[in-house]
Amino acid sequence: MLGEQIIKGMAVTAKNFFGSYVSKERLTTVQYPEERLVPKENTRQFPFLVYDGDDAEKGLRCVACQICEKECPPQCIYIIKSKDKKPDYKGQAQVYPITFDIDISVCMSCSICVEVCPFESIKMDTEFELSTDDRFEGLLLHKKDLAKSNSHYHKVHAQDAKDSDAALAVEKAKAEAKAKAAAEAKAKADAEAKAKAAAAAAAAPVGAPPVPTTPPPASPNK
Amino acid sequence: MNAFAAQPPKNFEVKPKLDRSGTPIGDLLEISMGPHHPSTHGVFRMDVVLDGETVVKLKPVFGYLHRNHEKIGENISYLSSMPYTDRLDYFCSMTNNWAYALTIEKLAGLAVPERAEYIRVIMAELTRLQSHTCLVGFFVQDMGALGTPMMYAFREREKILDLFEEVSGARMMCNYMRFGGVRVDVSDDWIARTKQLVADYCKFLDEFETFIAENEIVLARTQGVGVLSRELAISASITGPMLRAAGVNYDLRKVDKYGFYSRFNFKVPLGDHGDVYDRYMVRVLEMRESIKILDEALRDIPAGPVMDPKAKLRGFRPKPGEVYGRVEAPKGELGFYVISDGSPNPYRYRIRPPSFVNLTILEDMCLGHKVSDAIVILGSVDIVLGEVDR
Repeated sequence: MLGEQIIKGMAVTAKNFFGSYVSKERLTTVQYPEERLVPKENTRQFPFLVYDGDDAEKGLRCVACQICEKECPPQCIYIIKSKDKKPDYKGQAQVYPITFDIDISVCMSCSICVEVCPFESIKMDTEFELSTDDRFEGLLLHKKDLAKSNSHYHKVHAQDAKDSDAALAVEKAKAEAKAKAAAEAKAKADAEAKAKAAAAAAAAPVGAPPVPTTPPPASPNK
Repeated sequence: MNAFAAQPPKNFEVKPKLDRSGTPIGDLLEISMGPHHPSTHGVFRMDVVLDGETVVKLKPVFGYLHRNHEKIGENISYLSSMPYTDRLDYFCSMTNNWAYALTIEKLAGLAVPERAEYIRVIMAELTRLQSHTCLVGFFVQDMGALGTPMMYAFREREKILDLFEEVSGARMMCNYMRFGGVRVDVSDDWIARTKQLVADYCKFLDEFETFIAENEIVLARTQGVGVLSRELAISASITGPMLRAAGVNYDLRKVDKYGFYSRFNFKVPLGDHGDVYDRYMVRVLEMRESIKILDEALRDIPAGPVMDPKAKLRGFRPKPGEVYGRVEAPKGELGFYVISDGSPNPYRYRIRPPSFVNLTILEDMCLGHKVSDAIVILGSVDIVLGEVDR
């Protein structure tokens, strides 16, 4: 019959229309902004800088290595390195960024900066309502706008933040072990040098000129 | 044979109207459709010359969305080009990623772990599902069914995009694959939900097909319209569903057997007439084959790492050489041609986009048809201007 299939098609439309009143399957829209969806675990919007502790200036993890600046596909990151150094979370003296700007009107949320960062210091936020009436400076974020605490990171990406903390803890433990080993080696070297000096002083006849220093004999426990 | 099908005009020629003295009165009308016409699928223009309502000449004009993609790719590192490939065909970022990753893996000699290959197949087939679903929605809208079918298509597509977002972090600009694997692993829960979605998708396709496939208006508007002959399709190097609708059995998943496509059991649907209806039907059947592939892939996915340990993100410098890698994107053969000179940036970076090549024969398909059919024919080519203009 002519038009039979059209009527069948209309039946599908009717099913969807009336179904939308009873079934969640047929009505999937959300009444934004009154209702909001929970962001998914890996959702990424725009980058932020992570700092540890309470002080954004002191705890900033970024060491201004400028890898993200180089790798950023649309080149929207701008960094100026500091001349002086401050200790990082491992206690090592590191340079830090004086200026760290991201132009998020250029940023394309690709998260390449997050992937290439070796210091777990730049991460992706889930905030997307960033509209502003300032068209020149409003979307150029500076270091103070970008710096967010580690607890904020835990809030937006719980699992990733845990992994990142674990990775940093491993790094820190390694650095501490290394520092401890270095300190022990130094103490040992000092002790040996002292012992040698004492031995030399004892062996030398009184009043004789001091013996020129010779390489210490290989100790049996080495 | 359907009685409502429009027959392609035979021996078509332009007959200008003559006045009494026998001199032609020029009543051919030249109009410019686009770049802001609602049915041109983006910023695309057709310069059409009409005799009455019949198309006598058609010139596709593109370049309105040109973004210098290839030149930008030569000035940034290999990794940094990956998010730009998302923006080529913004419906199918996963297959674009795969094509680029495959090319660079070939260049740098990286191996992809088994689990990562399975994930790639799953992502590519989900992409094919959603791309074809969208196409059918747009295509019915081009025929005048405003809104409703497209909304149903978009509702289903959104479910797939939710799965993409969960894994990669973004709905459309996934930026998911890396040289030597994929960026993040998928969870068992994700696989279970994808299985559920794939199982439900058959029901949706059945419903959608009842809606459209035998609808008398659709048949009348599509059968015998925009016929693309086998010979022309081959000589114009058309690829993808358009070529298969013309009856040529050429699918890179079968020809190249890249990824693990040799492990899956699927058929390549072929058309018979090469008209608009065949192009629509080939895509619907391809979706059903994709569901078969997804079923197998989701069942067989092994455990293991998802990145080649040799692959590195920072300071990636492949050895000098040139390489061409290609995959079967939903629109056709998507190829990347990259020349490396050993530096961190490619020396030359060239893309072979399927929609661009498929668009070149638009005039041959449209000649002799009405101007409203030209819209439907353009819809059946399935162009995405991000890819045409690059």
